[in-house]
Amino acid sequence: MHRNEVNTRHCRNVNENPCNMCMPMGGILPFKGIEQSMVIIHGSQGCSTYMRRHIAEHFNEPVDVGSSSLNEKGTIYGGAGNLKQALDNIRKVYRPRLIGVLTSCLAETIGEDIDGIARDYLHERGLADFPLVTVSTPGYGGSHAEGYWLAVKRIVAKLARPTEKHAGINVIVPNLSPADIREIKRILELMRVKYTLVPDFSDTLDSPYTRTYKKIPEGGTRLADIEQMPGAAATIQLGVTVDESISPGHYLQNEFGVPLYNLPVPMGIENTDLLVNLLARLTGGKIPVILEQERGRLLDCMIDSHKYNARGRSVVFGEPELVYAVVKVCVENGVFPAVVATGSRSARLEELLKPVVAECPLEVRVVNEADFTRIRACCRDMGVNIAIGHSDGKYLTEKEGIPLVRTGFPIHDRVGGQRLLSVGYVGTTMFLDRITNTLLENKLKNYRSSMYQKFYRGVEENNQCSVGS
Amino acid sequence: MERCDDMSTVNLLKDQLVEERKSFIVVKGRQKNQLKCEADSIAGCVSQRACVYCGARVVLNPVTDAIHLVHGPIGCASYTWDIRGSLSSGSELYRNSFSTDLKENDVIFGSEKKLARAIDELVEKYNAGLVFVYSTCVVGVIGDDLEAVCRAAAKKHGIEVIPVQSSGFIGNKSAGYRAACDALLRLIELPAGKLPGRTAGSGGRSVNYLGDFNLAGEAWIITNYLKSMGVDVNVVFTGDATHQSLKKAATASLNIMQCAGSMAYLARRMEELYGIPYLKVSFLGLEDTSASLRKIAAAFKDPEMMRRAEELIARETAGVRPVIEQYREKLRGKKAAIYVGGGFKAISLVKQFREIGIDVVMVGTQTGREEEYQTLHDIADDGTVILDDANPSELEKFMLEKGAHLLVGGVKERPLAYKLGVAFIDHNHDRKHPLSGFVGAINFAREVYSTVCSPVWKYTRGMGGVLHAQE
Ligand code: SF4
Ligand code: SF4
Repeated sequence: MHRNEVNTRHCRNVNENPCNMCMPMGGILPFKGIEQSMVIIHGSQGCSTYMRRHIAEHFNEPVDVGSSSLNEKGTIYGGAGNLKQALDNIRKVYRPRLIGVLTSCLAETIGEDIDGIARDYLHERGLADFPLVTVSTPGYGGSHAEGYWLAVKRIVAKLARPTEKHAGINVIVPNLSPADIREIKRILELMRVKYTLVPDFSDTLDSPYTRTYKKIPEGGTRLADIEQMPGAAATIQLGVTVDESISPGHYLQNEFGVPLYNLPVPMGIENTDLLVNLLARLTGGKIPVILEQERGRLLDCMIDSHKYNARGRSVVFGEPELVYAVVKVCVENGVFPAVVATGSRSARLEELLKPVVAECPLEVRVVNEADFTRIRACCRDMGVNIAIGHSDGKYLTEKEGIPLVRTGFPIHDRVGGQRLLSVGYVGTTMFLDRITNTLLENKLKNYRSSMYQKFYRGVEENNQCSVGS
Repeated sequence: MERCDDMSTVNLLKDQLVEERKSFIVVKGRQKNQLKCEADSIAGCVSQRACVYCGARVVLNPVTDAIHLVHGPIGCASYTWDIRGSLSSGSELYRNSFSTDLKENDVIFGSEKKLARAIDELVEKYNAGLVFVYSTCVVGVIGDDLEAVCRAAAKKHGIEVIPVQSSGFIGNKSAGYRAACDALLRLIELPAGKLPGRTAGSGGRSVNYLGDFNLAGEAWIITNYLKSMGVDVNVVFTGDATHQSLKKAATASLNIMQCAGSMAYLARRMEELYGIPYLKVSFLGLEDTSASLRKIAAAFKDPEMMRRAEELIARETAGVRPVIEQYREKLRGKKAAIYVGGGFKAISLVKQFREIGIDVVMVGTQTGREEEYQTLHDIADDGTVILDDANPSELEKFMLEKGAHLLVGGVKERPLAYKLGVAFIDHNHDRKHPLSGFVGAINFAREVYSTVCSPVWKYTRGMGGVLHAQE
């Protein structure tokens, strides 16, 4: 099809240009945020290579992920041998303190019992206490967002043990940028909170350059800290869209009675207030002046740019958790969303969006399990003029000329995805500037020619002042 | 010269590397050349290889007006959506990623019906004459009859629907090349009893150009060279190819083949079926480009063509040589490590590095073939580490040990090189600048220079800026 032809009929049995990735891909990320850990995909080699490539491009960091490299034989007779060999080799080369085993579609389809294999393996090698975390993540079973949460839950479930009560707070974060995770940690520290943040890939997937290379980068949540999570005073989970069955926060609440506060990602004034207020309440501490100042600066920024923002009609797409937070920022600033889409299937997101959407003066179309062809069609219908989401949204720019504000995962056509800061008052300010400036740039780019075309009708021939005739 | 003798190599294999990997690594001059290759990856070794589907998609993807439908769960299609730099002079249909997006129920109850409906919908919507249906791992296991579904769809719509047997677990990327070639052979097959009308219209001087995917317009560049010599390119496999242009493939009088890893099988089969002989060529680097143009002219035994080839080479070289010389001065004595997909590219790169004064100290590939490794071994300097299906730990180990200043590789290798403080050249299917032909030779030298001689290394090596720790 040529660039200018458009056929917006929608295929029901085809995903035309995916807006999501598969479950094991999401499952890899949390393991990268646990200290000295490695992860293996049980399945054929290709899946793990594709996922590594995707993650490496976003973070610009080496992302080593093992594969049990199932071949035809393993597929027919079972892959236990391959998986055990993979575990041996990963232990030998990387000497990890924890290993995650995720399944791919292939392993699930042939009915591999990874729990059984893991148990046998530990027994055979005399490693009874080694934390081997199995996560069943058939690619066809859900999107990467579900894979992410399930992996976090399984890690916590594997390591957490009954411990004495302590004053610490568990903080569980969704797939954010390393810069975002660092900002959340800074807020926690400003509020003088003793915390365990899971998963913490702020260092491992955005590691400083040092002269000596480490196969497993320094950083990540400490295993000992995860063990202590059941004794915490509370869990704050930034995961309002997460289904209970895969929610680590619910797990800690149900198994160990740790009170759960499920909050949205702190983007925007209201969402950030929720987090800061909760921290103040839990710790009984004061909100430091510096945070008040940051909030004030965000308000100042919002005022400065509100009229520019008023011209924005946005499409927001990506993982449900982030979509919800971004929509909130949009609504707070009058960049009212016209299309809200996620490639995942999320009934919760739809519920959560209802009151937010109700605040919008214009129609909002919410699309679950969306693909980009669908999103594009909606954008045309609704007159969208700014897109907010991950890099694949460049399709909307190319086809419809809608400028894209890159945020979320993956960002593979620009550098710095790992450094994008969008949470807290400071992050929201920077995020909002990116949105406003994109609107401005787009407006100014066409300003002269569009006004000329719209209004200039030429001058009457005889009124023309002719020189030198 | 850095030390890398027998003992230290063996020790390091014992201490750091996986036992089964030993036979995939040799050091030229220190061991006999008996490198193991063309084997399955070892579990847990963090191979850099992609899968059969990946190989097949790389080869077929540049066919611009085809519907490329990935039959499988979403991931496989998601990770391969428009990630290649292949350019088109017409249709943009190939840049879409279509997937049957199989879900749990499809896997349990079979997905043939869904596939059939998917094809119906796509054909109706996009009005294409050709559909490639790629099978993925899951489909291979649940046993959908791809052939039957495709045959029925072809009949129903009166178009070509070609299944690509690319289930990931049946082998590695090479098996995917093979699957793609099989699909192409089906496409170019002549009706029974019909022989290709050779010489017609082309005066016997038309060639098919195999193994160029028109990344950043590379196939266009080479086509222009050939045209100026009086050679018509009939069709390129598969850069900027279309359904109809591929259909004429059997009419060419000669196949010139660049990427042997992916195309050797196709070239051989076309020789058997249509009597089209083939020539191996390479347009990477000044030396290879010139030699290949001469070889093609010689194959046609036409003095006028040879004269024109010499003219072209002289003209282009005159422009390129001085530039390369300048870079050569700056790069002399630097050391490079190579880790790329196929053997052809590795061999060409070793030569190309020589042209710009750089020594190659490590060279490896994901899917090189035995004879390619033999060539690599022959042209490598003593002490060069040669390895197949390497992993990050091995790349790290040997780059550091051999003191490489530069790595050539793909997306996954780049951050590793950078973390090691080593310069990097992208040589993959995602790149957006041509590395072929004379213009490519300059681009290559310039890219090497821009990364090896970048000011940033001054700081990573502690020769610029300093932080004074506070007491
Ligand atoms: S499932 Fe198979 S075909 Fe798909 S990416 Fe994985 S290895 Fe390749
Ligand atoms: S969808 Fe399944 S088969 Fe495809 S890449 Fe993901 S895990 Fe592999």
